[in-house]
Amino acid sequence: MARYESLLDACGNTPLIGLPRLSPSADVRLWAKLEDRNPTGSVKDRVALWMVKAAEESGRLRPGDTIIEPTSGNTGIALAMVAKLRGYRLVCVMPENVSSERTAILRMYGAEIIFSPAAGGSNRAVAVAKEIAADHPDWVMLYQYGNEANARAHYESTGPEILRDLPGITHFVAGLGTTGTLMGVGRYLREKVEDIEVIAAEPRYGELVYGLRNLDEGYVPELYDATVLTRRFSVGTRDSVLRTRQLVEVEGMFVGFSTGAVLHAALSVAHQALKAGKRADVVFLVADGGWKYLSTGAYGGTLAEAESALEGQLWA
Amino acid sequence: MAIEVRIPTILRSYTGGAKTVEGSGDTIADLLTDLDSRHAGLKDRLITGEGGLHRFVNVYINDEDVRFLGALDAKVNDGDSVTILPAVAGGAFAFAAAQALRG
Repeated sequence: MARYESLLDACGNTPLIGLPRLSPSADVRLWAKLEDRNPTGSVKDRVALWMVKAAEESGRLRPGDTIIEPTSGNTGIALAMVAKLRGYRLVCVMPENVSSERTAILRMYGAEIIFSPAAGGSNRAVAVAKEIAADHPDWVMLYQYGNEANARAHYESTGPEILRDLPGITHFVAGLGTTGTLMGVGRYLREKVEDIEVIAAEPRYGELVYGLRNLDEGYVPELYDATVLTRRFSVGTRDSVLRTRQLVEVEGMFVGFSTGAVLHAALSVAHQALKAGKRADVVFLVADGGWKYLSTGAYGGTLAEAESALEGQLWA
Repeated sequence: MAIEVRIPTILRSYTGGAKTVEGSGDTIADLLTDLDSRHAGLKDRLITGEGGLHRFVNVYINDEDVRFLGALDAKVNDGDSVTILPAVAGGAFAFAAAQALRG
């Protein structure tokens, strides 16, 4: 049955698609969980819906309330849609020089935008959002990096869907950002599947992104629990771009660059299984499609040009 | 052949500005001790008083996080590439941060 009462009811139940051409052998197979098939086109629809529902159930959110969140990416877009349909006002705080596509999408969904100084980056936007929230005690900040409903969305929906569709799964690979996907799906699969491998693919950015003044300004999301993972890879821009292009060329899937990093790690563990003569069903998560990243120019030209186009950007 | 170690910007004050340095050792701990003999102070920035890796430091051997390979006891071999990086928040919000850093 593919009929739904409303858009929010169509969140999740995304397809799991085989990759017959990229899979190393008949016994070592790759499968893509296509999260771009969610209402606003990313895995974050699950997170936004679960965080809003949790806040409603606990009484934190009441009809007409204002949600404030430091975000300009997929979470902001998903929250803007959920807020519109469930009757909330959304205020997004983001650095003032974010791309115009992002602000246009958010405004289209009805979100309001408060800009924080560009120089302070994400840390500054989070700080500004916290200051504003303190001035408006009735506003609700959902804060995806520390919100248990983020990981629970995947424990209760993404994980069970994957196991239902592929009971023989041996490896799960996803990107590491807020860590919600890996924590939620990882915990669920560890409870249900013996010897499951839970593998993180972390994008490794250009140097500018790591230009912190000292190590104490680093940040690890509150949701992160390393014991859920079995391996963690850092994937550079060049490998991510290469895999992103390979996926569209060989299997016809047009995805965002974070998925290229995830596919790189998935192929690595698949080929290790092949070498070891082991059967493997490797599921990797496609967080979003490529549309929002077209303006980077990194889908065309040489790899070096793409790398340079993404230099200094957090492309995942 | 030696082990190539990539140094993040914020730690290059210990390597005279060098982006990559070379070292040797059987484990990450040995390697860091070896590096510290030529780049004094580097090891203290990476390892806490309790003897573990600093919470906001990630170390990778050939792109894999050493915390899942035995941490400081993780084995290294000649020809390996080791990368040291500070932990930063990623995810959906990161795009804005990148734009901000570029601006």
